[in-house]
Amino acid sequence: MSTVLVKGGTVVDAGGSRRADILIEDGVINEVAETVVGPAGATVLDADGAIVSPGFVDLHTHLREPGGEDAETIETGARAGALGGYTALVAMPNTNPPIDCAAVVEQVLRLGRVAPCQVVSSGCITKGRAGEELAPLGELHGLGVRIFTDDGTCVADAGLMRRALEYARALPGAVLAQHCEDPQLARGGHMNEGAWSSWLGIPGMPAEAESVVVARDIALAGLTGGRVHFLHLSTAASVDLVRAAKARGLAVTAEAAPHHFTLTDSLCCGYDPMFKVNPPLRTDGDVKAVKEGLADGTIDAIATDHAPHPAQEKERPFDEAPPGMLGLETALALTITELVGPGLLDLPRALALLSWQPARLAGLADHGGPVAPGRPAHLCVFDPEAVWEVDPTRMASRSRNTPYAGRKLTGRVRHTLLAGEPVVIDSQAQR
Amino acid sequence: MRNPPAWTAPDPSPGSGHWLLRARVFEADDLKRAVTRIAHEIVERNHGAEDVVLVGLYTRGVIVARRLAAAIASFEGVEVPVGALDVSFYRDDIALRRVSPLGPTQLPGDVKDSVVVLCDDVLFTGRTIRAAMDAVVDFGRPRAVQLAVLVDRGHRELPIRADYVGKNLPTKWDEDVRVHFDESDGDDGIEIWELVDPEEEPGGAT
Amino acid sequence: MKHLLGIDDLGAEGIAEVLRLADSFLEVTRRDIPKVPALRGKTVVSMFYEDSTRTRLSFETAAKRLSADTMTFSAGSSSLRKGESLLDTVRTVEAMGIDAIVVRHKSSGVPQRISGWIEASIINAGDGWHEHPTQALLDAFTLRRHRGDSFAGMKVAIVGDIKHSRVARSNVKALSALGADVTLVGPPTLMPPDLEGWPVTISYDLDEVLPTTDVLYVLRIQMERQQEALFPSLREYATRYGVTRERLARLSADALVMHPGPTNRGVEIDALVADDPRSVINEQVANGVAVRMAVLYLLLGSGEGRAA
Repeated sequence: MSTVLVKGGTVVDAGGSRRADILIEDGVINEVAETVVGPAGATVLDADGAIVSPGFVDLHTHLREPGGEDAETIETGARAGALGGYTALVAMPNTNPPIDCAAVVEQVLRLGRVAPCQVVSSGCITKGRAGEELAPLGELHGLGVRIFTDDGTCVADAGLMRRALEYARALPGAVLAQHCEDPQLARGGHMNEGAWSSWLGIPGMPAEAESVVVARDIALAGLTGGRVHFLHLSTAASVDLVRAAKARGLAVTAEAAPHHFTLTDSLCCGYDPMFKVNPPLRTDGDVKAVKEGLADGTIDAIATDHAPHPAQEKERPFDEAPPGMLGLETALALTITELVGPGLLDLPRALALLSWQPARLAGLADHGGPVAPGRPAHLCVFDPEAVWEVDPTRMASRSRNTPYAGRKLTGRVRHTLLAGEPVVIDSQAQR
Repeated sequence: MRNPPAWTAPDPSPGSGHWLLRARVFEADDLKRAVTRIAHEIVERNHGAEDVVLVGLYTRGVIVARRLAAAIASFEGVEVPVGALDVSFYRDDIALRRVSPLGPTQLPGDVKDSVVVLCDDVLFTGRTIRAAMDAVVDFGRPRAVQLAVLVDRGHRELPIRADYVGKNLPTKWDEDVRVHFDESDGDDGIEIWELVDPEEEPGGAT
Repeated sequence: MKHLLGIDDLGAEGIAEVLRLADSFLEVTRRDIPKVPALRGKTVVSMFYEDSTRTRLSFETAAKRLSADTMTFSAGSSSLRKGESLLDTVRTVEAMGIDAIVVRHKSSGVPQRISGWIEASIINAGDGWHEHPTQALLDAFTLRRHRGDSFAGMKVAIVGDIKHSRVARSNVKALSALGADVTLVGPPTLMPPDLEGWPVTISYDLDEVLPTTDVLYVLRIQMERQQEALFPSLREYATRYGVTRERLARLSADALVMHPGPTNRGVEIDALVADDPRSVINEQVANGVAVRMAVLYLLLGSGEGRAA
């Protein structure tokens, strides 16, 4: 029987905030009270001065396995997630082979079972992500897949997207997540189309390449009654569309990635592909709109879009390098530094965006709290005021492509518990 | 011809003092006599002025060449061709300091079989003349190269010597010899300037 | 100054210095022995990932005229084929002991990236759509030989595919730094998407701009652009924006016509323009070596305490 006592912290969950110790036995929360004395032999985790929240859930992580193990494996990605306070990751299906059949789902789940973070598999909407035929959505749903996406590619055929939405209505809890990028409008682009791309001489992707698809899928959601989730929203126009759709009562949800509320396209001026991502970094106005969307409930979750790439890929010329940035280990700190610190959100709302809202979207009932007796002990203990410097060489991810190298951020994970097991203690991964 | 740069003295090290006039060794008349004498010597040595080409080194050397040509024309009745040579790209200190070209190189015709008389105002280490010889040879093969200078101030670092000298002027290494011409400086004359240490000045540092 | 990645590296004063140096080097190129020992012992490597015989030869000639040693990697050579990364290639080249790399690449930003990886001086011979600084410099040099030092108020019209043109971007920077008034002319689809902050005027009507133009700078139209629906056909482009005989007639007799070459006769420019006395296209080419000598000399020649 393993007993863990989390002592001295302030618990924050959907129900509110309170000073409390937490006693965990065999992976389940046993007691939550102002003072708890643990039995002898219990592992004591010091949470003095720290916040204890339900573990975070990332709706959007690229774990690269199978097929891209140069960049990351399920094990290394999960370790990075645990260090970032995550207890569940939804693995994106643009692997090689893609997750469009039972065999690959099973492989991912099997590898995830021994990982220091719960790994949930997503599934493709179309076979091979080719955008032509539906993937076996029902079969994948039967294996536990709830989020379906062709991420990396947009389902460009409106007719096909409509049929997918209709079909998925029969699959309880299923949500179709769209990577919004009209292929013709975005074609040839490598960064945001605008003043910067014009000076730098880099082909751009206009904001409309994203918002056109958002508008289309909102209409299709209305037509079919299906559930649409918008991945990595990056533009003011998209945020406005989602806000209006929600106001009309449509079942649409959205996520945003930390780089889209912290970085802008001006950073591409050095032609460093570390700043190349899809959707691309946008303008100040877009960043402001994303922040507002996170604050007012238009955007439901912060999702990292953690996208590891090996160093030599990011050393290629800007237009040849693959897009993508790391995100798991910096998400909490960026949220606190850029959203909570300046007062755009309070901590409970930030944690809602990182933890219980994505948990609900992904259908992960075990995650996201509340922190109460009987609940599985998926917890994150973090210092909301600890300042640390981002050092890519000391990250758990196999890759190093973070755009925040050298930045000082506020907010650091101290401990992470996965089903009661401390997988991170004092900011060190235990396995 | 482009105006010569204002007198740029060799850089004193920071805080080491400033330049003061020590002596004015030639007035306008002295300068004129020296030029006339050198012009006669050139014609005498070369048994006439027929194959002679005067090539002045930028910047004041070009003025020397022109004045020599004028003098030769006046007593010999021969128009000796005058050229201008910029040796900037041939200098041996090109890697050590900023070297900017001083003016367009224009040599009259072919120097093949001519007697090229290089003209300069002051002969010092000899490095400029070494560079000038390399430059001239790139234009053709002269029958002979001779050197005419208004002042030889010693301190040679290369085995170079002048054929025609206006005045021999022994100097200290850290002195500066300045030749002034009406065309470039507003008066004719030769001066010696010295670097004065501020501590040695009567009355203390300025 | 260590690198020439773009015109901004020079500024108005730097441009003026390059042009002055180019005067001297032009004289050197006209000698019987067109060579000076200024860069003796230096090694200049050309890495042309994008083929361009003219520009590459122009740079190599410039280096040789300065007595530098040269090495060439061009698009066809095996060393530049895929497989070895850009970073590995430049590091290998640097290890051979070189002073400068002249690089042309289809991707914008490559010279800038390379400058961060190695110690040698980097000269941009054209990167993607971004800049081609030596072209703008030789264009300015050509103009100066006709119009003198003052470009203030000179009306320059750059016509053609501005969007994809590194020559246009460099020229906009150089000409406006020198005080000229630049107008960009072309169809809206061939203009950069966002011209905020550009020191230019825009016009979609060449005929309107011609009568007041002092310098007409014509850009190439690449045949491939037609496939991208940027204009309906080459014929329509030539009709609306081609520099035809009729248009030349409406250009002032004192105006100059320029083109970075090579020309697409009958598309952006009529074949007869080359014979028009206002055309300085051939001079542009001839001035290229002197200007590139000036750039190489500026970066490698006059040492300012560079490490031996």
